[in-house]
Amino acid sequence: MSDALVEIDDLKVHFPIKSGLLFDRTVGYVYAVDGVSLKIKRGETYGLVGESGCGKSTLGRGLLRLVEPTSGGITFDGTDVRALSGERMRLFRRRMQMVFQDPMSSLDPRQSVESLLIEGLKAHGLRTSMHEKLRSTLDSVGLPASALSKYPHEFSGGQRQRIGIARALVLDPELIVADEPVSALDVSIQAQVVNLLDDLQESLGLTYLVIAHDLAVIRHISDTIGVMYLGSLVEEATADQLYERPLHPYTKALLSAVPIPDPLVEDRRERILLAGDLPSPANPPSGCRFRTRCPWSQIRCAEERPELRVFDDSGQRVACHFAEQILSGELRPHEVRAELVRPAGDAAVDAELIPTQGDLPTP
Amino acid sequence: MPLLDVRDLSVVFQRKGTRPVRAVDGVSFTVEPGQTVGLVGESGCGKSVTSLAIMGLLPRRGNKVTGEVRFDETDLLKLRPQDLRDWRGRDIGMIFQDPLSSLNPVIPLGLQVAEVLERHQGRTRKAALKQARDLLDAVGIPDPDRRLDEFPHQLSGGMRQRALIAIALACKPRLLIADEPTTALDVTIQAQILTLLKELVDDSGTALVMITHDLGVVAGLCDTVNVLYAGKVVERAYRHQLFAEPRHPYTHGLLQSVPRLDVDRGERLHQIRGSVSDNIPWSEGCAFAPRCDRVIDDCIGETVPLEPTFRGGALRCTNPVPQEVPA
Ligand SMILES: Nc1ncnc2c1ncn2[C@@H]1O[C@H](COP(=O)(O)OP(=O)(O)OP(=O)(O)O)[C@@H](O)[C@H]1O
Ligand SMILES: Nc1ncnc2c1ncn2[C@@H]1O[C@H](COP(=O)(O)OP(=O)(O)O)[C@@H](O)[C@H]1O
Ligand code: SF4
Ligand code: SF4
Ligand SMILES: [Mg+2]
Ligand SMILES: [Mg+2]
Repeated sequence: MSDALVEIDDLKVHFPIKSGLLFDRTVGYVYAVDGVSLKIKRGETYGLVGESGCGKSTLGRGLLRLVEPTSGGITFDGTDVRALSGERMRLFRRRMQMVFQDPMSSLDPRQSVESLLIEGLKAHGLRTSMHEKLRSTLDSVGLPASALSKYPHEFSGGQRQRIGIARALVLDPELIVADEPVSALDVSIQAQVVNLLDDLQESLGLTYLVIAHDLAVIRHISDTIGVMYLGSLVEEATADQLYERPLHPYTKALLSAVPIPDPLVEDRRERILLAGDLPSPANPPSGCRFRTRCPWSQIRCAEERPELRVFDDSGQRVACHFAEQILSGELRPHEVRAELVRPAGDAAVDAELIPTQGDLPTP
Repeated sequence: MPLLDVRDLSVVFQRKGTRPVRAVDGVSFTVEPGQTVGLVGESGCGKSVTSLAIMGLLPRRGNKVTGEVRFDETDLLKLRPQDLRDWRGRDIGMIFQDPLSSLNPVIPLGLQVAEVLERHQGRTRKAALKQARDLLDAVGIPDPDRRLDEFPHQLSGGMRQRALIAIALACKPRLLIADEPTTALDVTIQAQILTLLKELVDDSGTALVMITHDLGVVAGLCDTVNVLYAGKVVERAYRHQLFAEPRHPYTHGLLQSVPRLDVDRGERLHQIRGSVSDNIPWSEGCAFAPRCDRVIDDCIGETVPLEPTFRGGALRCTNPVPQEVPA
């Protein structure tokens, strides 16, 4: 048995862009996830960071096949997940559950907490000692049994996120994909949920894929961090290593942009300010996708797409032609002019016609 | 003399058949010319309602505003709406979280900037458009000549926020109010916008009221910080003072609960228990008492007053976090 619970191999999720009156013609693709390979070890937390629209959620959903990948491999505990069909996939999904960002919109307001939790159990034919199971699950997320008869609107944001976590936990999953689990919560509540996720991992031996744009939160909870840019992983390292020695220019810029609640630090910080916006994933730049904003870019960067490669013995992986020269200081940064990026076209992407499976309840 | 002097500002929302909501509850603070003042607090604590009340932008019906908002000695709350409109845009600029909803979707960007200049500075259309171009350039919008004829939806969120900043600063106002101007933006874009704002207010001497939930944003930007909780200011201090020695248990707890990128990862995060739904009304004591680690008998019974500390600071707490005694 390998120590990786999840192995993702060159995963791609491309969404067709339809045009024409009846949306019958594909005029291009959104390269939401474009060749990502990574492993998540059993019992660890893998954190995924990157700007919005870089494909984090799509990768998480592709992993659970909530959206059908275009190509690539997914292995979960030795099972080829992409080969599972219909009923077998449905039963398999119990082992991989998702927790969403906005606890309010992901919980059906008309269902009591009890029926929200039972729904999943029933769908998987798990009826044994149901009531006891529900109580113990609620207890594990710090909610009283009396919550069972209440409805989502009767809870605060933090409590609703606990319900969302309970709904995933009640199925005894091995992997939880948490997509922005704290970003909709107030600062004073975020720590509660972060600590809860920590405790549950400890007591239940869970494996997490946590997706977030907040680097400080990700660094706190993750063992390994993957940095995404425009559909690809550009760097991967242990949480401490990534902060100690960021190699990729994008990682450096991201780290330097995060505000730190300490004036003494803020007053002395040097920021790498990136020019312009994230390019459209429907029309990514040639070669290195970061080159339009990279202060170190060279001619080669436009011609050749850098592979994610192991940098040294530390196991840190980076997708940059010049990581060595940038680290040594041999290559100096230059000024970058912002290119104008258009927001996604109005009618170009018609999400309804795209073969994604429903986001919600994952029975 | 302060440029803006907000005194005992309260806003109560009252609709028929519902209980009144005291969204802002006796808030006082001042802004000196050229100063940057932060209002921080979590969702629902009254930040936006405070800024809307200052600008006279709350809906006409369904709310009652009391107190004073003195701008240069004039009480804005007493002005007629049409007079207040002259102050807005000319003397006071504003930026909101969602630039799309504050820009007009059917008017080209250049014209939107130019109109402000025409209205408040009596420029001709031609002169105003030329100046609009320079303003778009100054806020870092690429290729400003071509942007003049474009519409807001053709720009990304970050570029729209820049356009809004251009409009807000077009008339060189003496005060700029920014309500969560970077909350909807990615962190790399946030860094661009905050750097731009800082440069612009430094250069022009504009005073800035920065409203945010993010303590990190405040740390790099504000001279003085007001921490709001449940509609009241609970602590006010100079930036370095507040972050080095937070006295209010809420401020202290918040600062301890956010993971920091620059310090070693601890095992567990400090957490504040409960949520704002556990608050008690201020009339019955300290609203934060049910969540507070330092609560004592004196905290319950009657409203805890805001007491001045030093150098213009203030604290609303009967049992504050002790100050470190210098060794
Ligand atoms: N039009 C309204 N009618 C009734 N209550 C309102 C109205 N607008 C705001 N409130 C209430 O006033 C309180 C303060 O709201 P406000 O929008 O100022 O919060 P905030 O601090 O800006 O929060 P956020 O960080 O979420 O923007 C909240 O309890 C809110 O529900
Ligand atoms: N169902 C869909 N149809 C078309 N495009 C989509 C769909 N879902 C996501 N996308 C696009 O794919 C890209 C990546 O999106 P997403 O994975 O949600 O990013 P992130 O989670 O990193 O913010 C974005 O450009 C987004 O607009
Ligand atoms: S490959 Fe070139 S453009 Fe890409 S990150 Fe490295 S230096 Fe920058
Ligand atoms: S007044 Fe009492 S309850 Fe309120 S913050 Fe201070 S110590 Fe805590
Ligand atoms: Mg997402
Ligand atoms: Mg607000």
